[in-house]
Amino acid sequence: MLRISDLHLSLGRTKLLHGLDLDAHPGEITAILGPNGSGKSTLLRACAGELPYTGSIRLQGHEIAQTAPWRLAALRGVLEQSPSVAFPFTLRELVQLGLHAGIEAEQDEIVIAALAEVGLAGMADRPIHALSGGQQARAHLARVRAQIWRAQSHSGPRWLLLDEPMASLDIGHQMALVAILRRFAAEGGGVVTVMHDLNLSAQIADRMVLMAKGKVVASGPPRAVMRDEILSAVYGCPLRVGVSPATLPWLVPAFV
Amino acid sequence: MAMASLDLMARPERMRGGLRPALIALLMLASILSVTTGAAGVSLAHVTADWITGKEIGLRERVVLFDIRLPRLAMAVMVGAALAVAGAVMQGLFRNPLADPGIVGVGAGAGLGAVASIVLGGMLPGALAATLGPHLVPVAAFLGAWAATLLLYRVASRAGRTSVATLLLAGIAMAAMAGALTGVLTYLADDQQLRDLTFWGMGSLAGASWSKLAVATGLIVPALILAPQLARGLNALALGEAAAAHMGTDVERLKRHCVLAVAALAGASVALAGGIGFVGIVVPHLLRLIAGPDHRRLLVDSALLGAALLVLADLIARLIVSPAEMPIGIVTAILGAPVFLWILLQRRSFGSL
Repeated sequence: MLRISDLHLSLGRTKLLHGLDLDAHPGEITAILGPNGSGKSTLLRACAGELPYTGSIRLQGHEIAQTAPWRLAALRGVLEQSPSVAFPFTLRELVQLGLHAGIEAEQDEIVIAALAEVGLAGMADRPIHALSGGQQARAHLARVRAQIWRAQSHSGPRWLLLDEPMASLDIGHQMALVAILRRFAAEGGGVVTVMHDLNLSAQIADRMVLMAKGKVVASGPPRAVMRDEILSAVYGCPLRVGVSPATLPWLVPAFV
Repeated sequence: MAMASLDLMARPERMRGGLRPALIALLMLASILSVTTGAAGVSLAHVTADWITGKEIGLRERVVLFDIRLPRLAMAVMVGAALAVAGAVMQGLFRNPLADPGIVGVGAGAGLGAVASIVLGGMLPGALAATLGPHLVPVAAFLGAWAATLLLYRVASRAGRTSVATLLLAGIAMAAMAGALTGVLTYLADDQQLRDLTFWGMGSLAGASWSKLAVATGLIVPALILAPQLARGLNALALGEAAAAHMGTDVERLKRHCVLAVAALAGASVALAGGIGFVGIVVPHLLRLIAGPDHRRLLVDSALLGAALLVLADLIARLIVSPAEMPIGIVTAILGAPVFLWILLQRRSFGSL
């Protein structure tokens, strides 16, 4: 599991996270939400090992700050918010970059399968710069998937850490991504994803984590977090939670 | 329809397959041309014919071939390979196809060292001057290159992390500083010294000897052999430092090794041959256009093409005003600058390289 306790983090003199506690479990999709500047991406980057912190972040028992990059790379893949590629790699080369980090044997098959999974089969020899923004986002997802192709390794569950993976996708590809994440979780892997869309998160997440000002203010299954009083306070505007279409929580602005 | 036209943008795989053998052939052809051509009128065919028929090879032929042309060829191969690989590594490190070793202060430091030794060399104590002798300028250039690079690396590193942006900016400041000091020395120089330092700046492979080569080989060859080990890390680094780390690269170690490799390659080259521009930018660029940016191919191919091009440039430098010779830096700039411009225009039309 991913266990974060008493996490403090500052960049320069700005304190971004103050005493944050959070557990995320393999087999589940955990969505991290909150207003702009609440520290969602900072939290994800800390979990990815990018930022120095005090307190503890343990992923499958490994304290992130004390684990070598190559060991972390075999344990979890990270999808950055807007990755850029300096040179015109082809999709095949891009996805191979992820592979080198992983520990899988049948490499070429994984590259093709990862591209097919995101709907880019047959584009393996195109340079990434010739693709649309949404296609590039999917290509990077394929790279991260290739790095963490199997949801479990002999040493336990593996993890996907994603920073707003839905941002540049149309609804069709959003649903395709949801299917990928659900399958990964169903196979025993862990998914932690920063999200912006409360409604979409409520539909897909097993657990929602609501952040504000560098702290977790609510966490639990969507029903527990999607509540008028919690959301209105966190986002600073009147909000009302309805239920639609069947029994899932559904958010509408309060003036509707 | 749209799919078919888009597929033109895919790079044909077979172009890559044939590239390595083509580069090796080019290097061999250039080497043979270089050894058999020259002002002295000694041709390899004659010597080979004599050798096969068992005739004694004349002293003059032997000197021209083994003491002049072969060391010069070896030097062109090593310097060309070193400059091109140093360029490719720098471009990978800075994630910018226009970077060159000059960015980490190698050129400016070497220039300052060389000019200082030319202008102030006479003030050295007699014993030291006698020991160094004709090697004074290369040694000073090499020390200057290393001092500049290490100083720059110190400035750009804090708490074990090196900022590539600071490296770039501090490099500009250091180059300006070294340029100013070089200016002071130039101002102090007498007429002969002015001539010497001007020609040093234009680069030359003249005066190549086995003893000079031996020293530089100790730096260039290990660095050339180790450089391909950086390929995976540089590939990952193309996605940025954070993404490279996510994929398992030890980014700080990679940066350290890149700077060391470049200082060894470019420092030794500039010490051997003076200022030779454009090889480090043009060669990796051409190869990226042909075979794509994968550093596992690029670093090795750069060494081959850089070596071949410098051998050819040296040939042109020797022939164009024969029996005198043009400084090779002029040749590489005259040939390299238009290619560089062409690359920039390509870049504009394709949006990005």
